[in-house]
Amino acid sequence: MMDQDSHQPAGSCDGTATGCSEGRREFLGAAVAAVATALTGCGKLTKEEFLQHSFRELSKDEVLSVIARLEKEYKEKYGKEVKVANTPAIPGVIFGYALDLSRCIGCRRCVHACVQENNQSRSPEVQWIRVLELDKEEGVNLQHAEHYYNPEEVPREGHFYMPVQCQQCKKPPCVKVCPVGATWREKDGIVVVDYNWCIGCRYCMAACPYGARHFNWGEPGLAAKDVNPDTHYLGNRPRPKGVVEKCTFCVQRTRKGLYPACVEICPTGSRKFGNLLDKDSEIRYVLENKRVFKLKEELNTQPNFFYFYGV
Amino acid sequence: MATLKNFWQFITDTLRIITTGSRYYYAWIGFLLLLIMIGAVAYAGQLRHGLIVTQMRDQVSWGFYIGNFTFLVGVAAAAIMLVIPAYIYDWEPIKEITILGEMLAISALIMCLGFVMVDIGRPDRFWHIMPLVGSLNWPQSMLAWDVLVLNAYLLLNWFVVTYLLFCAYTERHYVKKIVTPLVLLSIPMAVSIHTVTAYLYNGLGARPFWNSAILAPRFLASAFCSGPAILLILLQVLRKTTKLSIKDEAIFKIAELMAYTMGFNLFLTAAESFKEIYSGTEHMVYFQYLLFGLKGHNTLVPYAWASIIFGFVAFILFLVPRFRTNWVTLNIGCVLIYASVYIEKGMGLIIPGLTPDALGEIYVYTPSFTEIAVAAGIFAIGFLAFTLMLKAAVPMMLGEFTISRRRKASDQQEAERPA
Repeated sequence: MMDQDSHQPAGSCDGTATGCSEGRREFLGAAVAAVATALTGCGKLTKEEFLQHSFRELSKDEVLSVIARLEKEYKEKYGKEVKVANTPAIPGVIFGYALDLSRCIGCRRCVHACVQENNQSRSPEVQWIRVLELDKEEGVNLQHAEHYYNPEEVPREGHFYMPVQCQQCKKPPCVKVCPVGATWREKDGIVVVDYNWCIGCRYCMAACPYGARHFNWGEPGLAAKDVNPDTHYLGNRPRPKGVVEKCTFCVQRTRKGLYPACVEICPTGSRKFGNLLDKDSEIRYVLENKRVFKLKEELNTQPNFFYFYGV
Repeated sequence: MATLKNFWQFITDTLRIITTGSRYYYAWIGFLLLLIMIGAVAYAGQLRHGLIVTQMRDQVSWGFYIGNFTFLVGVAAAAIMLVIPAYIYDWEPIKEITILGEMLAISALIMCLGFVMVDIGRPDRFWHIMPLVGSLNWPQSMLAWDVLVLNAYLLLNWFVVTYLLFCAYTERHYVKKIVTPLVLLSIPMAVSIHTVTAYLYNGLGARPFWNSAILAPRFLASAFCSGPAILLILLQVLRKTTKLSIKDEAIFKIAELMAYTMGFNLFLTAAESFKEIYSGTEHMVYFQYLLFGLKGHNTLVPYAWASIIFGFVAFILFLVPRFRTNWVTLNIGCVLIYASVYIEKGMGLIIPGLTPDALGEIYVYTPSFTEIAVAAGIFAIGFLAFTLMLKAAVPMMLGEFTISRRRKASDQQEAERPA
């Protein structure tokens, strides 16, 4: 069905706009669009893209035409078919994640698998997972964290490793502060960003206690050969310059029943993932049988991401 | 209808007045335009390449632009420093110069909005943040609040200034029933713009350096030091260069009020420092980065101490009547307090708030050339706006430039023209 829609002309969203947003759109003339094109610093901003409204306010048809436009753009840019899915949250699912600090060896395979899966900019490289090397004698003390450890071999004597990524908070401060509502928490607990609505003010980055949000400071450098064509609108589709992005628990995979890329690649099995609402899930097993903690619990962000010492 | 016609003449005459002036006037305007051009070229580069041309990165995601923004909101708020005594106590000597404070507020707000605009990654999407047209996340986001109060404050000041000047131009006394409530409204509005701007940082649990209850009071106290400092110097310049009579009395009164706010500002800074340093929790790292350096990184240390020492010396200069009534020491005090607050509410607020970052990493931030050039351009825009407003306002306030004089002059020209 989506295939069919992707053949629609890119500008078809104008015809299907609802009455209310139609009026708003007309309010902004083509002249404003021209100024805005100049402000992007490139001449490629189309009227449709400029006038596109916030994802959550789009009608079903509008979403499909936006997706069609994006797929066309990506094809022109990368010379291959890129699929942009719009899979909604599965009812009865809230995703949870648990990370076993006693197993993690700090190999950073998760970091790189994530970059490959999620179409991050390679130059400058954007990474959604940061692995911290911590002193065993200090415990989880971030002021003693080594971010750029680079020994011959991991794990290093006297150290343990703590990967940090978006904690998918139940009370996400980043969502609260966004001035335009360009980021929100989905029904399955995943905090997502509408890259076409974000204005790039970076207030969410100041608000996030986990350093989980990343900004496209320059034009994302993503070679055609590196593009993962299996994407989601709210997840790993290629991003424009000047917007914020973050870990989405690989929304394009997990809503299809697959594990996130970081879980799949982990050679030590430190990463556990599943449905918090399913009593038989592995994540529930961890919560039931291990003692877990949350990072920066005192901030009351209520992460759905747990740490535990499994051994 | 007649009013509309008069208003049109007011606009055209104002345009005429701001486009003619002495050689020095043209040189000053030319200099500002040059700075604006440099800023525009730098900004064009930033648009083309993205914010990567700044030194900001994920760890320190706000820097020089937002620092200047924060400082200038304070300058804009300080306009009420003049309004409060003028209208509450009905103190005439200050009342005359209130309009200057309001023009300063307008110029500061223009710069504030400029700094926000250059800081955002997608200026082409500015309409997303506009009320009604976009989707403002109000009342949740403090930034949404800030957009509303800053623009409302800008409109309010702009209206009052335009109205007062238009009345002066048309040789009518302004209607008190219109002006007084608006000016009184501007007092809580001024407090609110700076409070909301403080809350912007204050509300972030992730950043202990900002997450302190006395941040908003500190913002207000420091704003009421730096804003009037600019005005005091400005008033002296205007006295020398125009026929505007500003009484010594007015200047010394403002200086006296500043002494109190400066004392209070130092007290609040001391209270915050005591709490952080004496309790010595892990939150102290940010203060440590600012005041003493951390793990060998001490870029901010000289600035932080300069700010504290300048603030203290300025306080002494303003506190002792003999010094604040002496022009030399008064002006030294003004420069010192301005510099002190510029450091404290600019880089001294933003950078230690973000360093070390949320995961304990220290990224040493210093503004890039682009950031400095763009900032210079924005400051030049603000100075230009202020210069042009002053150029038109001063003769109108003096009654030298009014609608009847203009008409007389043009009638004379008409009469002198050979038939």
